[in-house]
Amino acid sequence: MKKKMIFSDFFRNNGLGMGSLLIGLVGFWLIFLIILPQLSMLDYSFRFNLPPAEQGGPKDVYTLSNYQHLLYGSDTSHQTYNSVDLKVFLRTILAAMLVTLFNIILCYPLAYFLGQSKGSRTVRLLVVLLIIPYWINEILRAFALRIIFGDSGLLNEALMFLHLTSEPIDFIRQDIALYAGLGYAYILLMLFPMYNVIESLDRNQIEAARDMGASWLRIHRRIVIPHAKPGIVSGATMVFMLTAGALAAPQILGGPSSLWFTQLVYQWFNDSLNWQQGAAYAIVLLISTIIIVLTVMRIFKVNMGDIGK
Amino acid sequence: MNSATVVRIALGAYLLIFFSYLLGPLAVMSLTAFNSAAFPSVSPWACFSFEWFRVLYDDKHIRDGIYYSIIIGIGTVILSVSMGLAASILLTQIWPRLRSTYYTLIIAPILIPGVVLGISTLVFWDRVGNFLGASDGSFLHGVFHNGIFLTILGQSAFIASYAMLVFVARLQRFDPGLTEAALDLGASHTQAFRKILLPFMRPAIASAAVLAFLASFENYNTTTFTIIDYKTLTTVLAQKVRLGINPSISSLAFIIIVLTIFAALAFEAVQRNRQRKEGIQQGKQKPDTKSVVPPFLRGNSAAIILVLLAFVVIAMISVAQSYSAEECKVRVRDARQIEIQKRIDELNKARAVKEQAKPKPSEAPAGKTPSAPATNGAFGNVFDPNNLTNETPKPEAPGGSGAFGNVFDPNNLNNDN
Amino acid sequence: MSSGVAVDLEDIWVRFGDFVAVKEANVAINGGDFFSFLGPSGCGKTTILRTVSGFLDPSQGTVRIGGKDMAGIGPNKRPTALIFQNLALFPLMKIWENISFSMEVAGASARERRKRADELLDMIALNGQGDKMPAELSGGQKQRVAIARALCANPDVLLLDEPLSALDLKLRQHMRTELREIQQRVGITFIYITHDQGEALTMSDNVAVMKDGVIDQIDTGHNVYDHPSTPFVASFVGETNMFRGKVKKINGSEALISTNRSGDLLSRITPTQVGKMSVGDDAMMFIRPEALQLGANKKDEKSTISANAVNEEFEGNSFSVFLEGDGGKSIKMSVPNVGQDNISVRGQNLSLHYDSNNAITMPAGELASE
Repeated sequence: MKKKMIFSDFFRNNGLGMGSLLIGLVGFWLIFLIILPQLSMLDYSFRFNLPPAEQGGPKDVYTLSNYQHLLYGSDTSHQTYNSVDLKVFLRTILAAMLVTLFNIILCYPLAYFLGQSKGSRTVRLLVVLLIIPYWINEILRAFALRIIFGDSGLLNEALMFLHLTSEPIDFIRQDIALYAGLGYAYILLMLFPMYNVIESLDRNQIEAARDMGASWLRIHRRIVIPHAKPGIVSGATMVFMLTAGALAAPQILGGPSSLWFTQLVYQWFNDSLNWQQGAAYAIVLLISTIIIVLTVMRIFKVNMGDIGK
Repeated sequence: MNSATVVRIALGAYLLIFFSYLLGPLAVMSLTAFNSAAFPSVSPWACFSFEWFRVLYDDKHIRDGIYYSIIIGIGTVILSVSMGLAASILLTQIWPRLRSTYYTLIIAPILIPGVVLGISTLVFWDRVGNFLGASDGSFLHGVFHNGIFLTILGQSAFIASYAMLVFVARLQRFDPGLTEAALDLGASHTQAFRKILLPFMRPAIASAAVLAFLASFENYNTTTFTIIDYKTLTTVLAQKVRLGINPSISSLAFIIIVLTIFAALAFEAVQRNRQRKEGIQQGKQKPDTKSVVPPFLRGNSAAIILVLLAFVVIAMISVAQSYSAEECKVRVRDARQIEIQKRIDELNKARAVKEQAKPKPSEAPAGKTPSAPATNGAFGNVFDPNNLTNETPKPEAPGGSGAFGNVFDPNNLNNDN
Repeated sequence: MSSGVAVDLEDIWVRFGDFVAVKEANVAINGGDFFSFLGPSGCGKTTILRTVSGFLDPSQGTVRIGGKDMAGIGPNKRPTALIFQNLALFPLMKIWENISFSMEVAGASARERRKRADELLDMIALNGQGDKMPAELSGGQKQRVAIARALCANPDVLLLDEPLSALDLKLRQHMRTELREIQQRVGITFIYITHDQGEALTMSDNVAVMKDGVIDQIDTGHNVYDHPSTPFVASFVGETNMFRGKVKKINGSEALISTNRSGDLLSRITPTQVGKMSVGDDAMMFIRPEALQLGANKKDEKSTISANAVNEEFEGNSFSVFLEGDGGKSIKMSVPNVGQDNISVRGQNLSLHYDSNNAITMPAGELASE
């Protein structure tokens, strides 16, 4: 016999005091920390950047100009489209997808290995080894890669020592450092959902398949991967969103010519003090990543309920 | 070689590559903390030195950053744990049909880019301030533009989701009959919550609190927008790394790595110890009364390593107090001077030979003074004799230059292309 | 200890959306009674218990405890204590803390609580075990702690939700007696729900038999067994043989029904239906296995049944003889074991007779499912 939760039932079950406290906390969280701020940002994105004197005055109307700026650039540019910003946007999205893919491929074997082992000492040790790097600040991790990829960094020195190159390669300018850094940053978030899901797979299924003569490729393709799908998509979603929205790694490892879209937002806020423009860009980033994620989830038939460690 | 061995070798190679990618950069970074060179590097290795730790210690920005990070961390823990707990309790009670919408709403903050959360928090509370008529300088205005206030709110928005996930997992195993039994026996709802549910949730609250604190401490994307005039460790580091790098950052990283390893070992040691105690209690193991080793160390390799590591660290710290890299540096400098002198002699000889062959006007010298030619190439101006004066290592810490680090230190012209 | 307090359910209906869990329940429970609600799973007995304890509000009707209307009063304010099916002992508290929990929420000092807990531990024969944790106790011990905890709250009414269903057979039988003893010693009204009719019959002063939200009969255990008022009660409580037919003749409280396969049979009409049945009604006649006796009754053919023995089982204190009557009707007979080797031989044709007072007829209706 299921009980329907109507308000009177809720307060009866929790008492007036506790019930109000619970609703109050969750309400505060949802409304004041998430919904209203997002709406504010949305609202800002449709407004002009006015000096304080003119705010609330006749010029303070809604406008699409901030969004137009992303597409068409400012009036002083010569091109029909804002190719610079648009290129940055597309690069960010594409690179995020590639990094996600890279992470999936990189982590899958380890997730499988960990998930199917029997919780031995080695597994625990490996898990600890995995977690330690992530207690280190992401800034420091990016910094570590910066040292290695620098002109006089370890990698260049090693390459020159091995006589593979005669001059230092500018990894930073070539974005290699950035991609290596991004690929590195969120490995754990890809690994653990996959690991959790694979762990729940009954080993007997694999044994049975092997018994029937299936090759490793087939076993993975037909048994493990379908089972692991929610974990893979969950991990991929998080990695994609975090990579597209990354700020530290691009700032530290990015070269001068490679900008990340989030850096554009940062510039609008901190350098140009144009909050409205920045808000518009942020909204664009938010909506496009959400659309991509939802589409992928729809394609692979995964629900929101599967996301969560 | 049969397929099993091939698989095993491949697996080993994969693990090796994977973990070197993961841990390698950290190991390298730790090493650079001990190199006296001004730019973090492993080669060329100048001198083994502890000086960058001193630099770190003297750096006021970093100290301030750590202080504010802790304050914000505590605030975030309190707020996000309460919100997460409330949300998880509500989840178990909500109308089944609404449940997945509710869950989506609660999980969404994890997916929203941190940048967006930071911006929206900033924008919203600025709006609220304007709406409430808070003028510049008033108390309300101060609150709504206070970096600590905003950062706690911005971070809690998504950290509460993490906390909620922890709580939901624990709540699944709670028997609602217990609350009913408490009520039936006369408890009020608050009493039932305090005496029955809360004790049950205690381990989850502890882990959620730790998780929340760590997540808050290391957060950058959101914090960098909401922090305004304050600073946290992450924003200080980000500034430093972008504007001027020196190995004091590496030393900070090294300290954090050591602390992390300590914490992991301590955790593992406690786990093993508890297992051992349970084993004795359940009669599976017999207490070893004959061994001289103190009980918590027996069979507990994690604890042993922990103790050894503690000794090593203590030893290192005591050595660091007395050890000075000065001698080494002087030696290095002298060696360099000799090298340079040799090179100059060689160059002079070569030039003399050339001049004898073809009389030519001497090349207009580039470089710092007209007295010596500048050589270009991979070694830059290292052999420029002017460096003899410029390269004297400055014993005072550049702590005062703070965020700009060593940008204007002429040494950087040599080492940091 | 409180003296007996009466519980009255007046016209209680409980609906969940379209589903009616309890329909028009009217029950008057005397103070100090051991009262059972008996019925199969899903019949609504747990729902009734929850309306009495305060966890559920009836959609309609009134619950009175000691004459006082309990509407709007929450479970923590009602003079009831509930013993849950899974006991719900607080796992993180010691036994004595569990027992004295009701005192703790009322603000009693630790010393008072410990003292009272020790008294109750004595009463349930667990002296000195107060510092153990619930996980360290056996099923039966946990059961007793749950009772002690409920009693410590000094309730006027103790509600028990199938408390013995998780115990093994021997323990269950032992606990039955114990519970009855405790109730009689303490004098509190007990409301007990179960699907096990053996429990209901041995322990209760009065039983309410329920099916699909409807209370079919409220009576003493003896009466429910001997004078069931509906086919459901007749078939749910104890074993019985059912004969279906039409009423041929009515003579006061006696009825003659004509069956398809077993001829005309004489029986008495169940008390609640006396004067309400007419000739030609569809009727069911019930007769218990132990009421059938071997041999033809020369006095009255209408109380005779002819059947062939099919199988026989030795139950220890009795023999169960399975027979097949005319047209394939199955009949079960129970004969006490007084030293016979056996009762019948397979295939043997037997004449059985019965005292018409032991056969009971009522309008046809739904039976308890197997």
